[in-house]
Amino acid sequence: MGSLNGNYEQYGAFEAKFLTLGDAAIVVQFGETIGPRTHDRVRQLAEYLERHPFAGMIEYVPSFLSVAVYYEPYALLLAHAGDEEPSAKNADPGGIAVRLLTDILAKLQASSQTQARIVEIPVCYGGELGPDLPEVAAHHGLTEQEVIEIHASADYLVYMLGFAPGFAYLGGLSERIATPRRQTPRLAIPAGTVGIAGDQTGVYPIVTPGGWQLIGKTPEPLFLPAAMPPTLLKAGDIVRFRPITRAEFDSREVGAR
Amino acid sequence: MSLVIVKPGLLTTVQDLGRYGVQKFGVIVSGAMDAFALRAANLLVGNEEHEAGLEITMIGPEIYFSDAALISVCGGDLSPTLNGRELPPWRTVLAPEGSRLRFGPIKSGCRAYLAVAGGLDVPPRMDSRSTYLRAGLGGHEGRALQAGDRLATGVPSPGGRRLAEMLANGAQGSDAAVSGWSVASDLLPSYSASPTLRTVAGQESELFDEDSRRRFFGEAFTVRTESDRMGYRLAGGALRLKAQRDLISAAVTFGTVQVPPDGQPIVLMADRQTTGGYPKLAQVISADLPLLAQTNLGGQVRFRAVSLQEAQEQYLNREKGIRALRSGLAQLQTNRNGKVIAHGE
Repeated sequence: MGSLNGNYEQYGAFEAKFLTLGDAAIVVQFGETIGPRTHDRVRQLAEYLERHPFAGMIEYVPSFLSVAVYYEPYALLLAHAGDEEPSAKNADPGGIAVRLLTDILAKLQASSQTQARIVEIPVCYGGELGPDLPEVAAHHGLTEQEVIEIHASADYLVYMLGFAPGFAYLGGLSERIATPRRQTPRLAIPAGTVGIAGDQTGVYPIVTPGGWQLIGKTPEPLFLPAAMPPTLLKAGDIVRFRPITRAEFDSREVGAR
Repeated sequence: MSLVIVKPGLLTTVQDLGRYGVQKFGVIVSGAMDAFALRAANLLVGNEEHEAGLEITMIGPEIYFSDAALISVCGGDLSPTLNGRELPPWRTVLAPEGSRLRFGPIKSGCRAYLAVAGGLDVPPRMDSRSTYLRAGLGGHEGRALQAGDRLATGVPSPGGRRLAEMLANGAQGSDAAVSGWSVASDLLPSYSASPTLRTVAGQESELFDEDSRRRFFGEAFTVRTESDRMGYRLAGGALRLKAQRDLISAAVTFGTVQVPPDGQPIVLMADRQTTGGYPKLAQVISADLPLLAQTNLGGQVRFRAVSLQEAQEQYLNREKGIRALRSGLAQLQTNRNGKVIAHGE
């Protein structure tokens, strides 16, 4: 049975620890460093909760190391404590959530069997769509073309979505083009812009202020509010960027509107 | 039935209790800042708690009702008047056809909630009618209301219709009819211009130095003017980590107290991002979030540490209170003779 003492313990196939996030959420954390192994565990728990949400659960949010599970404490008590009218004194909805999650962890596999989905994102690099490409190239003593080739040749793993709707935190940027953020953030970065910040790369799904180095833009919408799921990407996907010409960008962008 | 926005006020938005289930896609929850007030207002007009109403911020709008409407205004006291007469909050009010709802100076809090029987009938987006301003999503055309906007309402529930009949029977001429019933005072959050907020430990509490933790619980923090629906930005003595650390982004929630490198804490509110990478010093308990949501810019807040056990108890007491309000109103609708309803515990 899990506890909230903050220590890693063995649950079925792997170690995890439980943390509180206020009085209506529990976090299950699988490790301390970002990597495919921890990600696989995060993904397995997320997929299980997607298919088998427990009564009283509201939603779950996967991130690099952990899954946050939000619940409605009163509904959780009603469903799992066996009381018709739960008493507030001595009730422990958080403890119930930990117990339910402990049982779920025991059912997960040592490693996930699911195949990652590959999503190709077309990008027009440089020019007015990627105004910081020359700066990124100069920072590393590369040509613009070399930066594009390096950026577009890697497979990027979507570790999590956050920051903005449809914004994917991608792992896998080459150290050769990792570039510090800009000194002064821009107030409005157009939706679809592809950027680099430190060892991260990503695509802005909606207009947002930000300090990223902007190297290109995709005509592909990443946030699709009328669709379900409402985003192009989801955690666990593999992203590949494909360079396109300005002409192709223009035709696809017009076509999308 | 429709509402016409004659003057929009400072920031008037359509909100329900939030957009759930899509945080994993980076879509924020949104919803009422003071969820208790919206839930109470909805119940008072016979709605389900989660129907969409208006969140009215500091400077209220002027609203014209094309037809008679059953309404309730709850939350902060922004001096609401109906057709020039004071409108008592936390009650059910039958507004006659052609009524005008206006607001005046702030007497307490900073956000009022208007519920209308049937709820505001804007199209749901991802199962919620809440306005997500930055993404231009939900609510009325994804934005704050403007002069000339017209909002349709849904069909009142049978309970709402009975409440309206009861008020109509007791009404004098063409005046608004105000209910004798109201939300029991022991159920109301203890709103204050300078509240003390109870907190449980945050995941990174231990990373802060002793002095910072002592000051967090010992000193008052001022609500800075940059505060908004996304977060309450506080000013006080800078809070420091024992050692500088880069954290890995993880989920946050309503009431998370995070501390960016400048040492000034931010309490995350309804429009918070889904994840964050700043150290989490504390977590305001759910039961006290309405108190913070009603603290105006320039107000002062203090923090007090409580156990998770106490936080959960307070949460459940609040829910039991809401249920008492709901069953009190239901009884009223059946008996038609009650006066007093909904005692908290």
